[in-house]
Amino acid sequence: MKKDFILATFEDDRHVLAATKKARDKNMPIFDIYTPFPVHGLDEAMGIKRSILPYVTLVAGAMGLLIAIALQVYTNAIDWPIIVGGKPFNSIPAFVPISFELTVLFGAHTTVAAFLALNKLYPGKQPHIFHPEQTCHTFIMAFEKNSVNAEEVSQLVKEFGAVEVKEESADVK
Amino acid sequence: MAEHVSKLRQPLVPEDRTYKQMSEDVLDTLERKPTKAWLAGFSISVLFLTIGLIVIGYQIATGIGVWGLNKTIGWSWDITNFVFCVGIGHAGTLISAILLIFRQRWRTAINRAAEAMTIFAVACAGLFPLIHMGRPWLAYFVFPYPNTLGPLWVNFKSPLLWDVFAISTYLTVSLVFWYMGLLPDLATVRDRTKSKFRKAIYGALSFGWNGSTRTWHHFEVLSLILAGLATPLVLSVHTIVSFDFATSVIPGWHTTIFPPYFVAGAIFSGFGMVLTLLIITRKVMNWENYITVGHVEAMCKVIILTGTMVGLAYGTEFFIAWYSGNPYERYAFVNRAFGPYWWAYWTMISCNVISPQFFWFKKLRRNMTFVFIITIFVNIGMWFERFVIITTSLHRDFLPSSWAMYSPTWVEIWTFIGTFGLFFTLFFLFIRLLPGIAVAEVKSVKRYGQKGDKPVNVIA
Repeated sequence: MKKDFILATFEDDRHVLAATKKARDKNMPIFDIYTPFPVHGLDEAMGIKRSILPYVTLVAGAMGLLIAIALQVYTNAIDWPIIVGGKPFNSIPAFVPISFELTVLFGAHTTVAAFLALNKLYPGKQPHIFHPEQTCHTFIMAFEKNSVNAEEVSQLVKEFGAVEVKEESADVK
Repeated sequence: MAEHVSKLRQPLVPEDRTYKQMSEDVLDTLERKPTKAWLAGFSISVLFLTIGLIVIGYQIATGIGVWGLNKTIGWSWDITNFVFCVGIGHAGTLISAILLIFRQRWRTAINRAAEAMTIFAVACAGLFPLIHMGRPWLAYFVFPYPNTLGPLWVNFKSPLLWDVFAISTYLTVSLVFWYMGLLPDLATVRDRTKSKFRKAIYGALSFGWNGSTRTWHHFEVLSLILAGLATPLVLSVHTIVSFDFATSVIPGWHTTIFPPYFVAGAIFSGFGMVLTLLIITRKVMNWENYITVGHVEAMCKVIILTGTMVGLAYGTEFFIAWYSGNPYERYAFVNRAFGPYWWAYWTMISCNVISPQFFWFKKLRRNMTFVFIITIFVNIGMWFERFVIITTSLHRDFLPSSWAMYSPTWVEIWTFIGTFGLFFTLFFLFIRLLPGIAVAEVKSVKRYGQKGDKPVNVIA
C-alpha cells in the first residue's frame, strides 16, 4: 500500500542527529531515518524501543544447553551405555564441552534468524530505496505526511541543515 | 591531514575523506577489471589448489597408507596442519569479537578481511580430518543421528567428537557473523553500481538492506550478542583442540597447561597470518589510509604479548616436566630439545619466542618490510610448534624397540600446499568480489581522534 512521505536529505550525521532530537522534543513522529552507517545515539534520539534480541539469545541458548544435555545423557547412559575410559555412563564433566558448543550454536543462529525476521530481511528482497545514496553518504529522514504538519517539518529540518526536502509516495515494506 | 585533538587518540583514518570518497576508495575495485597482479596471484593459487585436489583424490583412492606414518607415529603432518589452520583462524574472531567487546574501534578497518581469513582457514582445517578418515563419504558418521546400526551413537566422551562440535559451531557462527556484517556494505555496492548484473547479484545478496535506523539498532545489538558468544567460543575451540592431546596419557601431551597455551599460540599465529596478508593487501589495494601503520603496530603488540605467553608456556612445561620427577615426562622434553628432532624444536623457539621480541622497538614495529619478514617467521614457527608437540612426543614411545622416525611423503607435502592454494584462492576471490573493508563501520569512526569527534547538539 502506498503512503505519502516527506523526505529530508542531510549530508552530515551530526545534523541529522540534532534534527532528530529537536523533532522528538516537538513530538513530531518520525517514520524512519536511513543512514549509511550506524549513527551513534540516533536510535535513542528517535525513541526506538530496546531490541528484544538478547531475550531470544537467552531462550535459544538455554534450549541448546538442554538439548545437548538430553542428547548426551540419553545416548550414552540410557539408549546404549558403554564404558569408555573407565568413566561412568553418565559422565557429566565429559559432557561439558559439547553442552557449551550447542548453547552457542543454538544461541547464535536463532538470534541471526530472529534479526532477519524482525527486520523482514531475506535473500533477494527488493527494498524501497528513497535515495540511491542513502547507503553511501546521505542521510534521509522520513516523515509520514498525514501524521505531521508539512510546513513545520520543512522549517525544522532546514534549520538543522537539510539540503533538500521533498515529498514522495512509496510502498515501504 | 586533519587536526588532532589528542596525542593519545590518533585518528583512525589519517587522511580526511568524505563518506562518498570512503565508499569509492574501498568499493571501486569491485567495479574495475582485475589487475595483472591479482590475475597472477589468483592463477598461481588455483594451480596449487588443482594440484592439491588431484593429490587428495589420489590418496583417497589409494588409501592413506601413502602417507609417511608408521605404527609408532600415527599422527603427524595431517594433525599438525589441522591445528595450524584452526589456529590461524583465531585472530579473525579475536579482532571481530573480542576487540568489539573491548570497544577497540581500530578493529573496524581490519575485521572484515581478518574474519574472512578465519572462515577460509577453518574450511582448510576441516579438510584434514576429512581426508584422515580415509572414507570421507562416511563423514556423516561423526554426527549423532538416529540410525539402524544398534542404534550406534558417537562417543560423547571423546575429545575428537568434541572437536567435531567445536569446529562446526565455530565455522558456522563465524560465517553468519561475517555475513551479517557484510549486509550494509553489499547494499552500498548494490546502490552504487551501474551494472545491471552486479545490481541484481548484490541486490539478492544484501537481503534488502536499506539502512533504516530501526534495522541498525537491531544490527548493533546483534553484533554485540554474536561477539559475546564468539568470544568464549573461540577460546573453547582451541581448548578443545588441545584436549585432543591433553586428555591422552602420552608423555609430553598429558598436561593441564595445554588449553591456555594453545589459545595463546593460536592468537599469536593468527595475528602473524593476518599481518602477512594485510601488509600486502593494503599496498596492493591502496588501502594505506584505512589499514594504517598504526593498525600494523597495534597488531605487532598483540604478537609480542602472545609470543611471550607462548614462550612462558614452553618454559613452564619444561620446568614442570623436570619438577614432576616423572622420568618419562622428563625424557619426552629432553628428547624434544636435544633428540633427533632438535632442529624442529629450536626452529620453533627462535621463530616464536625470539623473533617477536624485536617488536619492543617502535621503529621496527612501524617498518612494514621488517614486520612482514617477522610474520613469516611467526607462521613458520607456529607450524613447527604443532609438529614438535605431535611428532616428537610420539616418535620415542614406551618401548625402545618401537622407536621410529617420521618424514612426510610427497603426498602429504602437496596436500598441505594444496590447502594453501584453497586458502589463497578463496582470499583472492573475496578481495575481488566482496567489500574487503567494512566501509560502513569505518565511516562511523571517521572522526575518531579528530576535531568534531564530540556529538554536536545544535548547529548554528
